[in-house]
Amino acid sequence: MVLLFALPALAHKPSDSYLTLTVQGQRVEGRWDIALRDLDNAIGLDHDGNGAITWAELRDREADVTALAFGHLALAGDGAPCPLRPRGLRVTSHSDGAYAVLDFDAACPAEPHALAVEYTLFFDLDPQHRGIVRIDDGAGTRAAIFSPQDRRQIFERSSLHPLRQLGAAIRLGVEHIFAGIDHLCFLVALLLPSVLVRQPGGGWAPVPRLRPALADVLKIVTAFTLAHSITLTLSALQILRLPSRLVESGIAASVVVAAVNNVVPILADDRWAAAFALGLLHGFGFSATLMDLGLPRQNLALTLFGFNVGVEIGQMCVVAAFVPLAYLSRKTWFYRRVGLVGGSLVIAGVAGVWLVERAFAVKLF
Amino acid sequence: MAVRGVNRTQVIFGATGALVLVGALVFRPSARADAPRVPTDDAEVLEHLPSSRDPAERQRIELRRTLAARPDDLRTALGLARLDIETSRKRADPRYLGQAQAALAPWWDRPSPPAQVLVLRATIRQSLHDFDGALADLDRVVSQAPDDPQAWLTRSVILSVQGRYAEAKASCQPLRALVPAVVFTLCDASIDALTGGAAGAYDRIEQSLATSTGASADVREWALSNLAEIAARLGRDDDAAHLFQQALALDGDDAYALAAYVDLLLDEGHDDQAARLVADRTDNDNLLLRLVLAENATGARGASAHVDLLAARYDASRLRGDTVHRREEARFVLGVKRDARRALELARGNWAVQREPWDLRVFLAAALAAKDPTAAAPGLAFLDESHLEDVRIRAIAQSLRALR
Repeated sequence: MVLLFALPALAHKPSDSYLTLTVQGQRVEGRWDIALRDLDNAIGLDHDGNGAITWAELRDREADVTALAFGHLALAGDGAPCPLRPRGLRVTSHSDGAYAVLDFDAACPAEPHALAVEYTLFFDLDPQHRGIVRIDDGAGTRAAIFSPQDRRQIFERSSLHPLRQLGAAIRLGVEHIFAGIDHLCFLVALLLPSVLVRQPGGGWAPVPRLRPALADVLKIVTAFTLAHSITLTLSALQILRLPSRLVESGIAASVVVAAVNNVVPILADDRWAAAFALGLLHGFGFSATLMDLGLPRQNLALTLFGFNVGVEIGQMCVVAAFVPLAYLSRKTWFYRRVGLVGGSLVIAGVAGVWLVERAFAVKLF
Repeated sequence: MAVRGVNRTQVIFGATGALVLVGALVFRPSARADAPRVPTDDAEVLEHLPSSRDPAERQRIELRRTLAARPDDLRTALGLARLDIETSRKRADPRYLGQAQAALAPWWDRPSPPAQVLVLRATIRQSLHDFDGALADLDRVVSQAPDDPQAWLTRSVILSVQGRYAEAKASCQPLRALVPAVVFTLCDASIDALTGGAAGAYDRIEQSLATSTGASADVREWALSNLAEIAARLGRDDDAAHLFQQALALDGDDAYALAAYVDLLLDEGHDDQAARLVADRTDNDNLLLRLVLAENATGARGASAHVDLLAARYDASRLRGDTVHRREEARFVLGVKRDARRALELARGNWAVQREPWDLRVFLAAALAAKDPTAAAPGLAFLDESHLEDVRIRAIAQSLRALR
C-alpha cells in the first residue's frame, strides 16, 4: 500500500458558482456564472480531448449545460413555482478561471413576498461545491451560501419596513445624481452664470451681492426639480411614456443647449424657464433608472417620493459645493474665461459626443 | 473693479473646481474587465484543463467509469478517493478533495464507516481545517485497526500541525513495526526537529535515507524536503537550497517543496530567482503569493496585476465562508498591503487553529510590525515551551522582546 505522507494543502479556490437574482415585480432576472472546469467535470466539454476548451466546444453543448444547470435550480414565489427560462450563453472570467454565464428569467404567478431558492448543482459530484447567491429586489441586496447541508433557503421580502424602503429610495436618488453625470453637467451648465450678470453689450459682470445670486440658483433648482418630479411621476405610474433612445438623446441635447447658451446666448434670459422645460425631459430619464432597478409595486408613492427627495439632496450637495466657490471667484478673469467659457465648452463637447452616441447607437470613445 | 487684483486663493479655488469638473468628465466609469461577453471566434480557447494525457488522469477516468456502474463498490471507491486525494496534494487543488468525498458518499454519513473510509475522511477533514473531526476519525481507526499505518501517520501529522508534539511523537511509535525503517524515522525525527533536537534529527534522517536504497521516489522526496526545511530553520541556507533542488529534481510539480524553496530564496534576498521559479504557476494561490512577494521586493513591472489577482482570490474565498488561507493572507496583507493590524488579526486567528513554524513566524512578524508584543505573548510562550530552533523566528522574537 502506498502511504500518503504530506497532507494536502489547499492552494486553489474550491468550486463555487455565482448566482445573481434580481426581483422585478413578478419577474425574476437571473445571471448564473458556472466554472467551465466544473461543467467539464460533470458533462465533459473537451470534445477533442486536447485539454483546452474552446468557445465552439462550449457552445455546441449549450443544451446540455442548460439542462444540467436548470435541472438543479428551482425558484418559488410564496409556494408557487416560478418556471425558469434560459435566455442565452455568454462567458466571463473570475479570479480562478473561465466561467460560463447563463442568463435566464423566471416568471412568478404573482409578485412574491417570499422567494424560495432551491440549489443543488454539483453537490453529488463535489460536496465541497458552494452556490454563492445574491438577491437584489430593488430595496436591498442579500447574500447566501448554498451547500449540501443548506439546499433550500427562503428570502422574505415583505419584512422591509416602510421607513427602510423610504431610506433605500432616498439613497437611490442621491446615488443617481452622482452616478448620472449627464444630470450633473446640465445642472452645472445652468448654474455657472448664476454669480454673473449678462451685460447689455455682451460679456458678463460679477453680481454685486450674494443675495441675487442665491435667488437665481434657487429659481433654477426649484424649476428643474418641479419639472422632473412631474414627468418622473407620470412615467413611473405608466401614464406617459417616451422611447428611451429619444429621452437619452434629448437629455444629451439639453446639456449641449444649456452649455452653449453660456457662450453664445440662444435661450431667453430666464434660465429658470429653460431649466423647467428641459427638466421635463430629465424626469423621463430618472424614471428609466427607477424602472431598471425593479420598483416594488407596493408603496409605489413612497418610493417615488423618496427617490425625488434623494435627487434633491444630491442636487443640494452640488449647489452647496458650487455656489461658494463660484461666488468667491466670480470677479476673477479665471472664473469668466476658464470656468464659465472653458467649462461650458467642455460640457458642450462631451454632451455632444453623448448625443451622437445615443442618437445613432454608436460608441465613439 | 477688482478684476485685476486677482486673489491667489480665488485662483486656486477656481482651478481646483475646473480640474475636478474636467476630471469627472474624462474619467467616466469604464466597463469592467470581467464583463460577460459572447466570443466571436469559435476557436478561442476559454480554459485549459489538467491535461487528459496525464497518466493519472486516464486512471481517474477509468476508475470513475467503473464506480459509476457500481457506486457501492468499496474497493473502487477507495482507489478513486486515494487517487483524488493524491492529485489534490500534488496540484494543491481542493476540487479533487471534493470529488474524493463524492466517491466515498455511500459511506460518508454512516454511523460507523469502514476504517479505510475513516482514514480518507480524516485526510479530507483536516484539509478543510476540521482538525478535531479528523482526529476523532483517526482515533476510531487506531482503536479498531491498530495495524493501519496510514492512520498513525496522518494522526501524527495533524497533532504536529496543532503543536501537540508529545502526542504526535507517540503516534509515530507504532509505525516502527508496521512500515520500512525510513518512514518511521521520518515521522519520529520530524517531531524531534521541532522540539529542540533539530541537528540530531537531521543526522538520523540523512543516515536512514542513505541506508535505505530501495526507498520509493515519494519517500526520498519527502525525506529530502524535510531535511531541507530543517537545514533552513538551522540557518544552513546553502545545504537547504541544495536539498530543495534535489527534492524538486525528483518531482518538479511538488507545489509544497517549491513553495518552501522559494521562501528560502526570498529570505536570502534572491528575489529575481524566486520570481522566475514561480512565474508560470499563478494558478496556485500559494505560489502566486510567493510571486507577489518577490515582485513586491524587486518592484517588477506587472506586479500590481498579480496583487489584484491574489486579493480577488482571497475575497472569493471569504465569500464562500472559508478561513483556511489566513496564514497566507496574513503574509500578503503584511508584506504587500503593509497593514500590520489586519495582518495581526488574521495571523492570530490562524494561530488559534494551527501551529506550524510558519504560522508562528507570521504571527510574530505581524505583531512586530504592529509594535504589539503583548498580542504575541502566546506565540512567544509557545516558542519557549517547544524549544523550536529556527534562526529567523528567533530573530523576530528577539526584536519583539526588545520592544517590551
